[in-house]
Amino acid sequence: MTLPLFPIDQDPGPNFSLLLEKAGFKTSITSTGSKDAFADVPHGTTVVAILYSDGVVMAGDRRATAGYSISHRRVEKVHPADSFSGVAISGAAGPAMELVRLFQTQLQHYEKVEGSKLSLEGKANQLSNLVKSNLYMAMQGLAVVPLFAGYDLALQRGRIYTYDITGGFYEEIDYQTTGSGGRDARTTIKLGYRPEMDRSNVIDLAIRALFEAADEDSATGGPDIARRIYPTLATITKDGYEAVDEAEIADRFESIVAQVSNLDLRPSGTPRSSKTQSVSKKQTTKSLPKARKSTSED
Amino acid sequence: MSVPYYVSPEQVLQDRADYARKGISRGKSLVAMTFKSGVLVVAENPSKSLHKVSEIYDKIAFAGVGKYNEYDQLRVAGVRHADTKGYTYSRSDVDARSLANVYANYLGSVFVHEMKPLEVEILVAEVGESPEDDAMFHILYDGTVMDEEKFSVLGGDADSIWEKMDQAWKQAMSIAEGVKVALKALSTSERELKAADLEVAVLERESTFRAFRRISHDELVKML
Repeated sequence: MTLPLFPIDQDPGPNFSLLLEKAGFKTSITSTGSKDAFADVPHGTTVVAILYSDGVVMAGDRRATAGYSISHRRVEKVHPADSFSGVAISGAAGPAMELVRLFQTQLQHYEKVEGSKLSLEGKANQLSNLVKSNLYMAMQGLAVVPLFAGYDLALQRGRIYTYDITGGFYEEIDYQTTGSGGRDARTTIKLGYRPEMDRSNVIDLAIRALFEAADEDSATGGPDIARRIYPTLATITKDGYEAVDEAEIADRFESIVAQVSNLDLRPSGTPRSSKTQSVSKKQTTKSLPKARKSTSED
Repeated sequence: MSVPYYVSPEQVLQDRADYARKGISRGKSLVAMTFKSGVLVVAENPSKSLHKVSEIYDKIAFAGVGKYNEYDQLRVAGVRHADTKGYTYSRSDVDARSLANVYANYLGSVFVHEMKPLEVEILVAEVGESPEDDAMFHILYDGTVMDEEKFSVLGGDADSIWEKMDQAWKQAMSIAEGVKVALKALSTSERELKAADLEVAVLERESTFRAFRRISHDELVKML
């Protein structure tokens, strides 16, 4: 490699993507086959971001699917973009990971070349350009739709931006989700959200949202207790980006799982299995007061 | 048509070297040294925003003396080289030695082929896993590379500063001790330097990701 120097009128400035282009790198695929060819490419699914009193929390499940099968169980969808912002990805996993890597390098490159950090809005705008440059692939079925969130040091609060495949970006004032399970996650958040929640409550809400999304959407992974794989979370506050400890996440998931399994949602009188159907009639009438008793003790 | 006068190659290169040295000696000097937890760079620089010392990559720093626009262009090219390499391969594949070679090739070729040599001296420093892995490459205007172990002096008045550093430098100093040693070496009998005259930055081994850190003026005042 030689020293990358450019004539003044062709200097890429602090823009890393432009630098790659000038150096002859291909950052996006522009010629492809049919849409069907990409049906089995791994796709990542549900991610959420919620504002709270200290800043913003981001969370994502760990599953990637290829068509109807699970292709990866340990995908990380929440990434630091720099020390005060994070990006969470849904959509085609390959281009999405590439997008994150390029975005991270782009922000750091700007900071080093210019000697100052971009504003949060400037970062959001940069990500918009990267998403837009993926439009051709998005039309072929390889859409990447990120969530961008960070702590705005000038305004001293967290901010969330959502994107569409054309690079359009929109600021949200409370929370947002994307991905196949996004709708279910959003409903869960909507029911539990209050402005200015504290860290503990907002983490519970984010975890609950992913749990409910996994419950309704086959492409969203729930907590995998057997393999000890849990969704990943990160908080971004005035102290910067911080991944939430896996032990803490596991702990909170277990309490949700415990809550859900304690709920006896079967209508009273429903037998456990068809074999015991004839015998169970008397038993259930007997056991009914018992169940009531136990709930009153709680 | 007139025939140009013959000038021997020795004379041409000698003239260029003198020209470059003259330009460099007009600027202020800097010293870099290894200390307990990495590499420390102390530059005499009255400006707060036009930096002599900067970050290149996770574990690599750049320092330059001489003509500002020339070493700043080299700094930006170094950032581009490192970021492109890290993006193409892996972050751990970016190292100071290869960057120093790229710089040396460029400076050497400009010195030989261009009318005007670059009036700069630059330093590429890297903090390693252990003190033995720390590296400082001092590169001259003509592409000469020197791999320095304890400390390195860049600038016009290098010889006298080097002597002072040689006497005062010790193994495993703290940041504050190192800054004091550097301040003494950079000061002369006529000109005593203060905290406000210095630009100080470190590459710290303990950092998990980006090792480069600027020492703020307040922090510097406390140390001195």
